[in-house]
Amino acid sequence: MNPSNYVVLATVLFSIGAVGVLVRRNAIVVFMSIELMLNAANLAFVAFSRMNGNLDGQTVAFFVMVVAAAEVVVGLAIIVTIFRTRRSASIDEPNLLKY
Amino acid sequence: MTEVDANTGEQIVFWVSATLAVAGALGMVLSRKAVHSALWVALTMINLAILYVANSAPFLGMVQVIVYTGAVMMLFLFVLMVVGVDSSDSLIETIKGQRLAGILFGLGMAVLLIWTIGHGLTGATTVGLDAANAADGGNVQGIANLIFTRYLLVFELTSALLITAAMGAMVLAHRDRWRPAPTQRDLAIARVRGGGHPGNLPVPGSYARHNAVDTPAILPDGSTSDISVPAPVRARADERQLDRVDIDEVREITEGRSE
Repeated sequence: MNPSNYVVLATVLFSIGAVGVLVRRNAIVVFMSIELMLNAANLAFVAFSRMNGNLDGQTVAFFVMVVAAAEVVVGLAIIVTIFRTRRSASIDEPNLLKY
Repeated sequence: MTEVDANTGEQIVFWVSATLAVAGALGMVLSRKAVHSALWVALTMINLAILYVANSAPFLGMVQVIVYTGAVMMLFLFVLMVVGVDSSDSLIETIKGQRLAGILFGLGMAVLLIWTIGHGLTGATTVGLDAANAADGGNVQGIANLIFTRYLLVFELTSALLITAAMGAMVLAHRDRWRPAPTQRDLAIARVRGGGHPGNLPVPGSYARHNAVDTPAILPDGSTSDISVPAPVRARADERQLDRVDIDEVREITEGRSE
């Protein structure tokens, strides 16, 4: 089976994730959309690795997973901190920081 | 298994898993509640793990299940419980037309990406990973060989990143204590000085005909005690009114005993 199908699937998932980031207001759902975009990029990496016949793509996908895990830890800690002070997880609230 | 069989098998796996993955992604964007979004994303990630395995990346498939579905999504659910499950999206648009513009942007990006990547991939030959996986004796050994030789510096930097992320999470989630924690003595003094009922409240009455929690106890002077009935029952005005006969009987008994 042609791996370009997987790449097309990855672009579809990436676009859905981008729409989620733009449309949703809940900070946690925005975060999940970012995770979805990272996963789509991983799928593209894996498909390209298969097309090129070496494991570099899979290794890079592995590192992307590590970075995504670190990003989730820090991002969720930031969300919890903002929620503690503002009692809200909406991404519309922190724009008050500019005043 | 012949080559044709493997191909059709992979096609079935691809179309089923791809459909479920896209359905999960759409459900994540469209569902109103954040918990539902998290469960939809978990579905997408499990199907992505299946697709990794189908792409001869079994190690990444397992890592996907363990790290993403197991750790990351459960961390999301945990934070959702902390933040509050009820915090659903506000439907007010702060920027006019932002939602429509976002959807149009996503559609445009999907079309553009599929068009350009599809254009670049036409006529591309697929080498396949069978030779690369077999070179070091397996997929895990092959990835390990790359991580600990060519990508060793990246791997070391990754450990620094993880330590920094753990430190950052601890610092961000830490809450400074402004006053010392109250001791048991402080709590006892506060309870006595609070002016309320310092000890246990009297238990509800238990009689020959009524012994439910909505029956007030009778005090030694013959009156009923309101605080013996639990507060929720009192708030609903469900407490049972004792028959005057019972109270009179009690009064007779107490007066007779005192004489």
